[in-house]
Amino acid sequence: MARPSKQLVRLDVNQDVHDVAVEPRTTLLEAIRYALRLTGSKQGCDKGDCGACTVLVDGRPVLSCISLAVEGQGRKITTIEGLADGNHAHPVQDAFDVCGALQCGFCQSGMMLSAAALLEQNPRPSRDAIKEALSGNLCRCTGYTQILDAVEVASGQRDVPERDERPTTVRR
Amino acid sequence: MLTLPPFQYHRPTSVAEAVALLGEHGGKAKLIAGGTDLVPNMKHRLHTPEHVIGLRDVAELHRVGSRDGALTIGAMVTLADLARDERVSAIFPSLTKAASQIAGPQLREMGTVGGNLALDTRCVYYNQTYFWRKALGYCLKKDGTVCHVVKGGQKCVAAASNDTAPVLIALGATVRLVSPRGAREVPLDQFYVADGVKNTVLEPDELLTEVRVLLPQGRLVNGYQKLRIRASIDYPSLTVAVAAWLEKDGSAQWIRMVLSALGSRPHPVKRIEHLFGKPIDAAAIEELGQAAFKQCHPLTNINVDPGWRRQMIPVFVRRAWAQALAIRS
Repeated sequence: MARPSKQLVRLDVNQDVHDVAVEPRTTLLEAIRYALRLTGSKQGCDKGDCGACTVLVDGRPVLSCISLAVEGQGRKITTIEGLADGNHAHPVQDAFDVCGALQCGFCQSGMMLSAAALLEQNPRPSRDAIKEALSGNLCRCTGYTQILDAVEVASGQRDVPERDERPTTVRR
Repeated sequence: MLTLPPFQYHRPTSVAEAVALLGEHGGKAKLIAGGTDLVPNMKHRLHTPEHVIGLRDVAELHRVGSRDGALTIGAMVTLADLARDERVSAIFPSLTKAASQIAGPQLREMGTVGGNLALDTRCVYYNQTYFWRKALGYCLKKDGTVCHVVKGGQKCVAAASNDTAPVLIALGATVRLVSPRGAREVPLDQFYVADGVKNTVLEPDELLTEVRVLLPQGRLVNGYQKLRIRASIDYPSLTVAVAAWLEKDGSAQWIRMVLSALGSRPHPVKRIEHLFGKPIDAAAIEELGQAAFKQCHPLTNINVDPGWRRQMIPVFVRRAWAQALAIRS
């Protein structure tokens, strides 16, 4: 069929309102990454399996790669770029940092948004509740242990780990 | 990167408006609720509708309530909201369990009850990219003439993979279907047909608006078990839903048991009526497990060993009844 013309969609992303011209078939992820140039949301499997594209819509974690941009109108969207409060990192971001809860970082935006949404609903989740809440985000590097630790640190249920003083190949 | 094919998007705000659009565009249109089934399938070019009708703004489809002694669940209620609903978990714990185990957390926030009931059937030879399917010469369900699951098969056996369907059939639910021609109420058991290409009686111009489940007057017990490789994201490889009505003396007035994720429709286990009127004891549960085992034959339509899935049938029947009888409502 002939390609339908673009239409203007008003997207509220990280409390900034953008009018974006999109085709009906544009996914929310494509609008966020390629129209708004917010590339923190990752394009992984692109079919709703991996969780790398997770964003918060009205506070709930959803997969932007299988959401339509036209259906994002009128809803509050938060991407990883909007998780910090100005210059102050979100507790989940701090915890991921001090726990070393990432390696390649590809899954990290989605992980942190799922974790932030969990803590919003349940400020002191059990380890099992954390596992359940993050079970839609796949990580191929870490083995998940430090990620789960980080969410416990962010919720004040675990002490900040001591800095690992072993030499690294990367000079700080 | 997987792109969507082009389509026109419509955003009705009432059932009447949505149904009018269906009447106009019918076979060239697809309804989108949460999009978790439709969007990946469109990316794989399994569906290329000219029109997509979004149901998000139809407020009347988003409600859970009770009417005429029945619990009513609107088609657009998300699976996460259903799983969190305390009115539901108090009476139908098996429905809460099924809803809370569908896919993963984000998919449950998006996916809806109506979408789960109208879920397209799934098969390892169908849910693939266009490139993949073309390389194999397509299949019986889409674009081709050969079934890769059953050699020489003329009937598609893609698997019914909805978690809520077997539970709601066991609970005796009905669905309301609305079209420009009027509305009809269909028992969920009769909503599904044994054809993997399209396994429901839903017409192209019909909209599933709500599910109704009669509220029990006595002691209803119900349970649900789901087999899958990972405890998240994965579709089911075997599901067992059980329900029974217990008399005061502990005997079962009726028993229902529905297995799914095997063939193209959920399978209510037959020839168990001789167990009615007796208590559901270990011997009865053993007999129910054997009846299910004899009647159900997993296929290679799902990429999980069919032998293992079959051996797990009596095990899961046992677990489902143990769960149902321990949380008597």
